[in-house]
Amino acid sequence: MLRLDRVSKRFGGLLALEDVSFRISEGAITGIIGPNGAGKTTLFNIITGLYDISDGDVFLSDARITGLPAEKLAVKGIVRTFQNLELFGNMTVLENVMAGLHTRSRCGMVACALKLPWQIAEERRIREEALQWLDFVGLSDDARLKASELPFGKGRLLEIARAMALKPKLLLMDEPAAGLNSRETLELAGLIRRIRESGITVVLVEHDMELVMDICEQIVVMNLGRKLAEGTPREIQENPEVIAAYLGEG
Amino acid sequence: MAEGRMRGSAAPNNLYFPLTLTLSLREREFSRQYHLKRELLKFAIFTILVLLLPLAAKEGYILNVLVFVGIHSILAIALNLLLGYAGQISLGHAGFFGLGAYISGVLTATHGQNPWLAMCYAAGAVGILAFVIGFPILKLKGHYLAMATLGLGIIIYILFNETVDLTGGPSGLSGIPNLTLGTLTFDNDLKNYYLVWTFTLVAILLAVNLANSRIGRALRAIHDSETAARLMGINARFLKVQVFALSALLCSVAGSLYAHVMTFVAPASFGFNFSVELVTMVIIGGLGSIYGSVLGAAILTLLPELLRAFQDYDIIIYGLILILMTMFLPGGLVSMAPVFMSLLRGRRKQPGGAHAEA
Amino acid sequence: MEFAQQLLQYLVSGFSTGAIYALIGLGFAIIYNATGIINFAQGEFVMLGGMLTLFFLNVARFGMIPSIILAILVATLCGVVFNRLAIKPLKKPSPLNLVIITIGGSILMRGLAMLIWDKDTHAVPAFSGSEPLDLAGATILPQHLWIFGITILAIAGNKFFFYYTISGRAMRACSYNSRAASLVGIAVERMVLFSFLLSSALGAVAGIIVAPLTMTSYDVGVMLGLKGFCAAIIGGMSSGIGTVLGGIILGILEALGAGLISSGYKDAIAFIILLLILFVRPQGLFRKAETERV
Repeated sequence: MLRLDRVSKRFGGLLALEDVSFRISEGAITGIIGPNGAGKTTLFNIITGLYDISDGDVFLSDARITGLPAEKLAVKGIVRTFQNLELFGNMTVLENVMAGLHTRSRCGMVACALKLPWQIAEERRIREEALQWLDFVGLSDDARLKASELPFGKGRLLEIARAMALKPKLLLMDEPAAGLNSRETLELAGLIRRIRESGITVVLVEHDMELVMDICEQIVVMNLGRKLAEGTPREIQENPEVIAAYLGEG
Repeated sequence: MAEGRMRGSAAPNNLYFPLTLTLSLREREFSRQYHLKRELLKFAIFTILVLLLPLAAKEGYILNVLVFVGIHSILAIALNLLLGYAGQISLGHAGFFGLGAYISGVLTATHGQNPWLAMCYAAGAVGILAFVIGFPILKLKGHYLAMATLGLGIIIYILFNETVDLTGGPSGLSGIPNLTLGTLTFDNDLKNYYLVWTFTLVAILLAVNLANSRIGRALRAIHDSETAARLMGINARFLKVQVFALSALLCSVAGSLYAHVMTFVAPASFGFNFSVELVTMVIIGGLGSIYGSVLGAAILTLLPELLRAFQDYDIIIYGLILILMTMFLPGGLVSMAPVFMSLLRGRRKQPGGAHAEA
Repeated sequence: MEFAQQLLQYLVSGFSTGAIYALIGLGFAIIYNATGIINFAQGEFVMLGGMLTLFFLNVARFGMIPSIILAILVATLCGVVFNRLAIKPLKKPSPLNLVIITIGGSILMRGLAMLIWDKDTHAVPAFSGSEPLDLAGATILPQHLWIFGITILAIAGNKFFFYYTISGRAMRACSYNSRAASLVGIAVERMVLFSFLLSSALGAVAGIIVAPLTMTSYDVGVMLGLKGFCAAIIGGMSSGIGTVLGGIILGILEALGAGLISSGYKDAIAFIILLLILFVRPQGLFRKAETERV
């Protein structure tokens, strides 16, 4: 599904990622773990096109996508959520999800300004589908609230609904459990499983080991900008290098 | 790949959506239509108000001022699309306004072109110019964008002054004909009032439609977080350029109207100060509120008339307005509307109905 | 020979206006580096410098030197007051808010100047006579020499302040990383105030030394301010030599443009350069491109 081939990223003299290669298989839930500063978020920023790549290549279903801008990658089906919520705060919860349907609607400036018949129909479709996604994450009752008024946990759910509205092939989640209590985390695990069951490949960066070991089928361990190990949760738990890295980090 | 497509076309609810959904959906659909009706009602009431206003204002002078309120409203709405929705500032919009006025003026007064055609040519030319220059200029953000648009406005202003053969230079260009429609010539304040406000109403309608569409949402998304918008597949750069061009085009139409109403144009009307005045109108009314822009335009156009005694010092008042509004009422006057409404309602009902809908 | 003399003349006037732009540009850069704000009101301190000098000279009937000193002090005070009243109270302002509020401050100051004085253009006496000197065929006024001298002094003083005083070094630390600076105990808030103080003083100095050449009025600040900004942009917003070079380049190009092309388009040159630089090299002429961070 997604393949990284010797990807490197430099910031000035700092090497944030070095020769990282791995493969994410279709339909699986993959976890990327590693101590702070391991380059996990940088990796996400590269895959989603926020950062230019310094070296190496990225492939999506065998098509080279290196260097494509973020908006093109989103159209190709790579969508993400953020660790510190990047919601459209001044828009309502519903409008946030409707904005997520942008790529799956057509009408241009003229059709919108003139409110042509097909624009009205499309707008209705957008709205209905957005409502369905809100139901999917359980936020229907908050549809009319401003997104900035949502508590953190619900904001995270909204980000997921908004991302799902794009019908992604690959959903990247940056620390989805950060800031959630244990009950919310449990619900999140269920939600992520449901997302996977709908056929979407999920990749998550996460510090909550319990969650990672519970839902991930595949794990990539990063350390200091390099890939340290790769395998099933069990293999990773028994890998001496991984244990050393985590213990060494304190 | 093909599999993904098929999944995409199937409605999501047959996969994992609860069936209880349908009822609540219908309820919400009802409220949506309610929302649309409100929007339409607002526009209808406003239109009636505009149509009837001349009856109240029999005096030619007031009508004349109202004509300018109409023109300024178009400009403020145009700028609001860019500033209030997309969140991109322009301190050069007076330049686009002036280009519209001058292109119309020169084509009709000097070359005897049909005024309506001239208006279209001007709008097209200004729109294309803004589109082309939009690509490099909207790459800039915040302060840099402000300075660049300001520079652009001043360059245009200098051109008006210096191309004397074409524009008449600082002393202006006169002899611009009035617009005509069949045998009707728009040559007095009352006729001009209806002419200009027809355009203004159309501009309001188009802008409101746009604001409530996927384009409007995308623009607001860019305003809130450009990064997130791009990651949602919104082509922020292109959309910003598009709205910049649209905004400039609307300004150009307002400029053409201005030229034909005044029958005379001079560079002094299109300088930096007027660009700032336009920004002030949008801020007073409220960023991202179309009717707010009309309100802002009305206030800033009427204010100097009311403060005749202070003629030259209105600039101090603008300065104060900008500072105080930014500090204490960043949402503009329209942000007071819900408060105002709930005050009114509070008289009749118990407080607590603070649902600020729409 | 004729042409060479003419060229020399352009260079003289280019250098002197360039020096003025450099001083104003430094003001922009200092505030920008300390706060990330482009202070649109920067030009008004230039205006205040000239107008206040005139006021103390003609109305209060002080001598030249006390008038100049008082003018600088009062203009600086205005800068500090502006910072305290308009900028400081803002909590988490967006760039848009800052643009609008500094524009508001700018037109407010301009309006007040018009209210207190008038709309006329005033001549300001030269510091030491106006007997032109001859420099290889080009004329040079004593005021030109004053401009060169005072600009060099101001730039040197600026450099000294930033590199050899505690406050200056603290301000540089703030400009690199204000959070880190506050962590090591630098009062960032005070440094911001300092930056406004310094740049309004520099602006006032520029306004005072240029006034005898160009005359002054309530609205000179707009154009001078914008050109100062242009100088700072050419110099990549550095509060050092880059902006000074930027000012001089701009001054000379303007003088050449006015002399060789047309004086009417003189002002357009600065803005065309401004746009070109912003489009092509937003990091300025002398700085290497930095990797863009999201």
